[in-house]
Amino acid sequence: MRLLRQTLALSWMGLATLPRRLGSSLVIVVGIAGVVGVLVSLLAMRDGFEGTLRAAGRLDEAIVLRGGSNTELSSHLTREDATLIAQAPGILAGADGRPLVSAEVVVVVNLPKKSTGTDSNVQLRGVGPQALALRTQLRVSAGRVFTAGRRELLVGRGAADQFEGLALGRTIELAGEPWRVVGHFTSGDAHDSEVWADAASVQSAYRRDGYQSVRVKLTDAGAFTALRAALAGDPRLEVDVQRTRTYYATQSQRLKRLIEVLATTVAAIMAVGATFGALNTMYAAVAARRREIAILRALGFASLAIVAAVMIEALTLALAGGMLGAALAWWAFDEYTVSTLGANFSQVVFAFRVSPALVVDALRWALAIGFLGGLLPALHAVRAPLTVALRGR
Amino acid sequence: MKYLVLVLAGLRRHRSRSLLTLASILAAFLLFGFLDGVRTVFGAGTDTYGLDRLIVTSRLSLIQPLPLSQLARILALDGVAAAAHANWFGGVYQDRRNFFPNIAVSPASWLATHPEIGLGAAEREAFLTTRAGALVGEDLAARFGWRIGDRLPLEGTIFPHRNGSNTWTFEVVGIMRATDEERAAFAGELLFRYDYFDEGRTQGQGTVGWYVVQLTDPARSNEVAQAIDALFRNSDAETKTQSEQAFNLAFAKQFGDIGLIVSAIMAAVFFTVLLVTANTMAQGVRERVGDIAILKTLGFRDGTVCALVVAEALALLLAGGCAGLGLAALALPTLSRSLRGQLPPLAVGVDTWLLGLAIMLGLGLAVGLPPALGALRLKIVDALARR
Repeated sequence: MRLLRQTLALSWMGLATLPRRLGSSLVIVVGIAGVVGVLVSLLAMRDGFEGTLRAAGRLDEAIVLRGGSNTELSSHLTREDATLIAQAPGILAGADGRPLVSAEVVVVVNLPKKSTGTDSNVQLRGVGPQALALRTQLRVSAGRVFTAGRRELLVGRGAADQFEGLALGRTIELAGEPWRVVGHFTSGDAHDSEVWADAASVQSAYRRDGYQSVRVKLTDAGAFTALRAALAGDPRLEVDVQRTRTYYATQSQRLKRLIEVLATTVAAIMAVGATFGALNTMYAAVAARRREIAILRALGFASLAIVAAVMIEALTLALAGGMLGAALAWWAFDEYTVSTLGANFSQVVFAFRVSPALVVDALRWALAIGFLGGLLPALHAVRAPLTVALRGR
Repeated sequence: MKYLVLVLAGLRRHRSRSLLTLASILAAFLLFGFLDGVRTVFGAGTDTYGLDRLIVTSRLSLIQPLPLSQLARILALDGVAAAAHANWFGGVYQDRRNFFPNIAVSPASWLATHPEIGLGAAEREAFLTTRAGALVGEDLAARFGWRIGDRLPLEGTIFPHRNGSNTWTFEVVGIMRATDEERAAFAGELLFRYDYFDEGRTQGQGTVGWYVVQLTDPARSNEVAQAIDALFRNSDAETKTQSEQAFNLAFAKQFGDIGLIVSAIMAAVFFTVLLVTANTMAQGVRERVGDIAILKTLGFRDGTVCALVVAEALALLLAGGCAGLGLAALALPTLSRSLRGQLPPLAVGVDTWLLGLAIMLGLGLAVGLPPALGALRLKIVDALARR
């Protein structure tokens, strides 16, 4: 109890005199703010990318690809395949009684990116009539849906923001033919980066026969097993079926790992720098108060209380730095929208996501640096022989 | 010489502080060196290779195939020395995490247009005569322990084999060795014969993914590129021709935003660390007023004292900075060698060294000068009394 009182009194003294040591204390705050800022921004990029793809996947929705292909782009299904798949069990029926199935053609088109003006791979998805009923998260935000058989486009919000020529009412050239943008949609997931049209129109423009994938809505999440068994058991079909949740999770893995490695490497190097900065500052702080600490010890303050007080000071500064860094990262990057090349060889538009969990994670780094930076100087402060320290030499 | 001793003595005064400062400077400049690597990976680098070759792809997009019939017409153009064709295969060895590029190429013309591929005469001969033969890059061979004569099964993710299975079998007939570190991307790739591929696939026969055109004169690159595109304008398969360098750059730019953001963040961080460190150093100098007063009492000139203070700051920055950049210069090539084929060759460029040195010098002056000038104006009596 006495120890606690002593610690509190000493911490109060330390913290109250902080403003007078503002310059050197800022070293800790700014250094740690840097580490936390980097960590939060880079991991927010990872979470944004992963989240955008994950949101596109559900447990009660399945995607059928040609056996052995990893992505829609490398897959190919014939019209017969598509018909057979639509007859499989476990598929939910729509309002009109027909199964909720969409056979889709996927091609990549070149569109200039607004920010750089260079060509980017944008995904053009030709979808079946039930595609919108199937994807319940998708909303037409402006204009209307394309008319079957016409060269008309429904453009995702992300694609419209990032690439040239996709504003409502504009006409762009695809496969040598003019296409008119008649609507915009939002779905809050990877589809936002895509441009949609009627499957038959895309097939005829790109002289494609057949499809890349078939998407089905399951009666419930458990129906997947029945569907998979039925498709595997059909000798006429050579296909792989996955829940869309699994499919999209696999797609984000590579970039996710790359960003993680990068974030940890950069943050680790920075953390080393910040730790040395903190050590430097705390050593200086302790050295300046050497005599004062010696007097406290002579008065009967426990060494442990002194160590604890120094540590509390370091940790408070670290926490302040961490919060400053997280706030900066949040202010600069939360909801910041960018795009990059995804696993399907086309651009994925996504927004940074600074989540509380991420911030808590990064604050742990801050506290670890504060702990290391405070511990050694604190021990140093109480180790000096009392008589020597009192004389102030 | 005696000044050097004084500078070192000054640094040794607070040995742990000097070491800690040195270490944080080192960390900052290590990061600064890595920045260069990140810029190169995401395509903002300034490679100069790849100007003597053109890449011809479909104007619609990279994935749109082109008819092989275009080859003869390209070859007939003035300024074209040779042309090869290729198709992305996208095969997977055992597990899809074992990613490496595998490409079907026209054997003889591919080797002719890519003289940087180092092959023994026997290996070359074997590739030209073995139908299922494959060349693997030296890094790829080392990664999986493949040797000449091994038979490799690849799962065709895009192209099923016409025999009904997804498995394509290749025989390793040669190991491609890098003769030029700048052009060693193939060291992580597998190349096999286009005729074997075209015969085995179930659809798209007679089409190719892209052409590689070797120029007679790199200076005519633009002119020939335009001639090729003009040749196929308004046809069913319009082309887009660019230099290999521009192609690589455009491809890397597709990852664009990420590279930009990472560079921006790293640069911001570098300056934060540096400012923090500089602040600590400036404080250290201010605490030494007493020492400076004693030096002046002993008869050191103002200018000399001033120089000593600045020299101390510069010594720390130069030592830490060069060590950090040096470490980055050592680490980057190692990193890119271990990941060759997935990353372009990385190195700390001359520009970066110069910029780094400029920052070290500038910062040394910024940190050292104000207290040094303070030392100039210092009255000895006051300074000694303050102790």
